[in-house]
Amino acid sequence: MENFTPVSALTGGALIGISATLLLLFNGRMAGISGIMNGVFNSSGSEMSWRLAFLAGLVIGAVLFSLIAPDFIAMRQNYPLGLLAAGGFLVGFGTRMSNGCTSGHGICGIANLSPRSILATLTFMAGGIVTVYIIRHVLELTA
Amino acid sequence: MKRILLALLSGILFGIGLSLSQMVNPDKVLGFLDITGNWDPSLMFVMIGALAVAFVSFRWVLKRPAPILDDGFHVSKRREIDKPLLLGAGLFGIGWGMTGYCPGPAVSGLGLGTLEALVMVASIYAGFFAQKWFAERK
Repeated sequence: MENFTPVSALTGGALIGISATLLLLFNGRMAGISGIMNGVFNSSGSEMSWRLAFLAGLVIGAVLFSLIAPDFIAMRQNYPLGLLAAGGFLVGFGTRMSNGCTSGHGICGIANLSPRSILATLTFMAGGIVTVYIIRHVLELTA
Repeated sequence: MKRILLALLSGILFGIGLSLSQMVNPDKVLGFLDITGNWDPSLMFVMIGALAVAFVSFRWVLKRPAPILDDGFHVSKRREIDKPLLLGAGLFGIGWGMTGYCPGPAVSGLGLGTLEALVMVASIYAGFFAQKWFAERK
């Protein structure tokens, strides 16, 4: 547990909660990122613009943070791109099929005590845990 | 225009939150999911922090008749627990465990200039389109 960082995790999480609150209070929208990503290609006019603006904000936020704290995040190198592409496809397919991801179900939906979101979150957490177990400890594909 | 600016501001805050909490670091995410290995429980605190705010604020916000810049709330009222929900969430979990990325960090990762984020965003969209095609075919 040498990498345990509860304070930055808790603070970052609170910022995410504030962000979701602002989007709901002002725009009446849930900050579900898979839905917003998908909606960019299924909308037009201002419906498309706010989604693009939110996604641009996600990028800008990361850029701002990396300018302020350039050494904070050490990104991994040489991860198998085939594994990334196949996994990314499943992330896209699965989040559309279940109408939400970590933000939409895991945060907004649970905050709303939606039974769908609570079950979805338990399911994708379990899926992630089992998959990492198989990749790291059964197949020993990655460290 | 105000709605677009607000979405931009909300996105920026979200992106900073994902960065500070290290959700944008796929190694950190996989360390969290690796409960039988050298488990790093940090990311549980991301959820605790976000839910501590949203659990209280959503109740307060949804008492309003409408949001500040729109005529009504766009909130899902679906209740049914069905096969697509569980199967989809399971597939998402497998993809998350294979990569260490969920959709938000993949988009934010574009700002960190990694090839990984580019591959993730492209393949997530490929998954979106494939699911749409698959659902419409049936």
